[in-house]
Amino acid sequence: MASVRLERVTKRFGAASAVDDISLEVPDKEFLVLVGPSGCGKSTLLRMLAGLERVSEGRIYIGDRLVNEVPAKDRDIAMVFQSYALYPHMSVYENLAFGLSLRKMSKSEIRDRVSAVAGILEIADLLDRKPRALSGGQRQRVALGRAIVREPAAFLMDEPLSNLDAKLRVQMRAELIRLHERLKTTFIYVTHDQVEAMTMGNRIAVLNSGVLQQLDTPQNLYRNPANLFVAGFIGSPSMNFFDGEIVQSDGHPACRVDDLVLGVDPAREAALGTHLGAQVVFGIRPEHSSDERPAGSAEQNAVRSKIDVVEHLGNEMLVYFLPVGHSEKLTFIARMSGERQARPGDELDIYFDAARAHVFDRETGRAIA
Amino acid sequence: MAQEDISVQGPHLGGVEAVRQLFSRLPVHVAVIGIVIVWSIPTIALLVSSFRDPGAVITSGWWNALRDPLDLTLENYNTVLSQRGMARSFANSLIISIPATLLVILIAAFAAYAFAWMEFPARNALFLITVALLVVPLQMTLIPVLRLYTNLTVETELPVLGGRMFGTSSYPGIWLAHAAYGLPFAVYLLRNFFGSLPRDLFESAYLDGASDRLVFFRIVLPLSMPAIAALTIFQFLWVWNDLLIALILLGDPDLAPMTLTITNLVSSFGTAYQLLTAAAFISMALPLVVFFALQRYFVQGILAGAVKG
Amino acid sequence: MIGRKWWTPWLWLSPSLVLLGVFLVYPTIDTFRRSFLDERSEKFVGFDNYRFIIDNPQALISDTHAALLNNLLWLTLFTAVTVVLGLGIAVLASRVRYEAVAKSAVFVPMAISFVAASVIWRFMYEFNTDVGTVNAALTSLGGEPTRWLQDTGAPQTWLTERGPDTMPSPLQLNNFALIFVGVWMWTGFAVVVLSAGLKGISTDLLDAARADGATEWQTFRRVILPILSPTVVVVATTLVIQALKKFDLVWVMTAGRFKTDVVATLFFKEAFVFRDFGVGAALAVVLLVWVVPIMLISIRRFQFQEEIR
Repeated sequence: MASVRLERVTKRFGAASAVDDISLEVPDKEFLVLVGPSGCGKSTLLRMLAGLERVSEGRIYIGDRLVNEVPAKDRDIAMVFQSYALYPHMSVYENLAFGLSLRKMSKSEIRDRVSAVAGILEIADLLDRKPRALSGGQRQRVALGRAIVREPAAFLMDEPLSNLDAKLRVQMRAELIRLHERLKTTFIYVTHDQVEAMTMGNRIAVLNSGVLQQLDTPQNLYRNPANLFVAGFIGSPSMNFFDGEIVQSDGHPACRVDDLVLGVDPAREAALGTHLGAQVVFGIRPEHSSDERPAGSAEQNAVRSKIDVVEHLGNEMLVYFLPVGHSEKLTFIARMSGERQARPGDELDIYFDAARAHVFDRETGRAIA
Repeated sequence: MAQEDISVQGPHLGGVEAVRQLFSRLPVHVAVIGIVIVWSIPTIALLVSSFRDPGAVITSGWWNALRDPLDLTLENYNTVLSQRGMARSFANSLIISIPATLLVILIAAFAAYAFAWMEFPARNALFLITVALLVVPLQMTLIPVLRLYTNLTVETELPVLGGRMFGTSSYPGIWLAHAAYGLPFAVYLLRNFFGSLPRDLFESAYLDGASDRLVFFRIVLPLSMPAIAALTIFQFLWVWNDLLIALILLGDPDLAPMTLTITNLVSSFGTAYQLLTAAAFISMALPLVVFFALQRYFVQGILAGAVKG
Repeated sequence: MIGRKWWTPWLWLSPSLVLLGVFLVYPTIDTFRRSFLDERSEKFVGFDNYRFIIDNPQALISDTHAALLNNLLWLTLFTAVTVVLGLGIAVLASRVRYEAVAKSAVFVPMAISFVAASVIWRFMYEFNTDVGTVNAALTSLGGEPTRWLQDTGAPQTWLTERGPDTMPSPLQLNNFALIFVGVWMWTGFAVVVLSAGLKGISTDLLDAARADGATEWQTFRRVILPILSPTVVVVATTLVIQALKKFDLVWVMTAGRFKTDVVATLFFKEAFVFRDFGVGAALAVVLLVWVVPIMLISIRRFQFQEEIR
């Protein structure tokens, strides 16, 4: 059982950096998710942890051991691959036992371990089959089993659920969480799906273009995104963004978007005040945009808007609005209850909850408030 | 294709329709069957003649033989095997072909694994050169190799198999030569196949603690059986049917494979067709069996890459 | 893989590299060297050996012009006929249900050695109509028997009349007879590869062509042929390489007599019968030079495939 630490790790392929100066620490037993769009470097980072890629710069520690030059097999980690990587010519039992037999474990001990793991994953009746005779979900369990059987210090998982159909994926998500509770071992999990990340991780590391954007709990990522990228990446549908400028209005610093004046709650106004005149982006999530006035907030941030498109999802609706009298660039989405009546063309006053609004510097993307 | 589908439905069509189908496709059938017959005649002629009485072969065409099936005899085979040394030649062909084939596959597989899955400087350049050597004609290499072998000749005899230990007229010498000439194609074929195996299979094995040796023997080889089968057939047939290398590097008639023996028979007994056909058929028998039994792999092998010369 | 020693790949490669170096690379360079030396490879003679080949002073014992021209004939006629026949058979066979059997029958000759094939065809070409099948068939149809292997006459005299005076024309009957044997052996290869290529053409394309109103011939010419052309190139380059290397066949059937010599047989005679290593080496270099353009085409195709990978 061990913690994992990365210190200023960089990976270069030729002139380009796939991973750029990333430092993070994963305490023992944590479920850490590495998430980001394709090409953000999350898989490369995982592979460097595994020892499948050399580190260009920086240091990797597993436990307290520097493992940069340690071969993959000696790092005491196990990996679950996206495509499972099961040996096609071996039976499920042999697949599970392979790593153990290489470590010269006795036959009886191997059999005990394999049976135990097969029991946990409910694949005990598949032990004699070859991988080609298994369904996708079963293969995935065998891949998991192969990792579990090794009893490693940490599990590395590279998008293990992406090849499953949607329903199976949801089911397996829950099972993986349960597995983590049960095994009490560090899990480092890579995915491009932010829903998976949010539901599974104790903490999430958001990556983009090789750079670590924010490392935080799911709630914090949602409530206090550190920059524009994280704000737009987490949450579905994603946050509404409006280009604007910080101005002084009625003695308060606020954000001027077109001729609208939008503000944040008083506690955070001071931060805005130090950036008067700055070009910014005002962000507000669809779920915090509503035609009901938010209780107890001084700022109203009311915008008269016309309904453009309505998407019915059953229990809720996603409604596309155009602020009346403003350019089409200001279109935004609001989440409304499915019980409501809403038709394209209707006009409503939409309130942006100032307590949940965010302001980002337009150039650097960093959060100001 | 549309026409194929119709032919499958043939039996179910009405009588007139079926006959019309047959006639419109008659030229195709005639052509194909004609080609098959023309292509097979030479081999059949050989086979029939080899079973005929020595006198009969020179006086009447082999097609007449079919009228008197009882006149067929095994005498030619007998003569050629016992008196003309074909039995010994057959053994020689085996002694030459089997080790040469095994050697090439093993050596090429090691190199192919390195090319496919290991990182080292000049990897691509070396592989390119190896494959480019495929096209070098044997003639470019034979004089120096002969000279080399002459200089390296070890007179002591090889136990059990006979011939010298090394150099000209030695089995080890010819094994190495055949292995070397077979390498470019073998390495090309195997490297492509090994390279097509999924990368994460290897990574998973390395993570599990497998060494290169283990991955090679327990994972790569078992999964590469189709390619290895194709290669085995190719190499075996190529060595079995080789004349030039045997002619140059194997002077001792006791060690001569069948190709060499038959060539000598042709030059000494040019028109004794009863002997020649029997000898030729003996040399063909094994390749034909191999071919018919393993045709699928042979074809796959050809389609996998350029056919070596 | 981290942890792999730097010398591991070289260990795996070493047997191959050694064999390739000793049997292919070093000899090629050495042969080059010898082509500029005298017959015992002792004195430097500059381009004398090459001049020998071009001037052809000993035309009666070893006719270099004949050999060069014959090779040209081989590489054009052999390749063209085999490709056309192969394509034709592949297309025809695809229209009948016993396609697999037909293709096998045509493919069988590939398994036998050229030596055995030579025996078969010497038998077939035999002048004596009681023995030789071809002549027997010819006479039964009212023609004259011919000495196929010895006849140096051109099938039509107008061809020889048009040839330049000082150079012999390779358009001899016996050359055609030999080439046909090569065709007989290698058409199977062409059929297999082209047939696979044909099957790779999606039927949607053919249906679309038919829906557009194209006749069978038009579909063939404008749709199938263009798509098939890379495959045809593969087949053609392999065949050209084969044609250039042709030794066994000519050697056993005629030993190069009656002006059927090709560069490969001439090489053998010069180097190992007349023991003139200088001229032999020069001939080998000529072969190599002819093969280099083919090598370049193959490598370019290979690199293209690599990029896809």
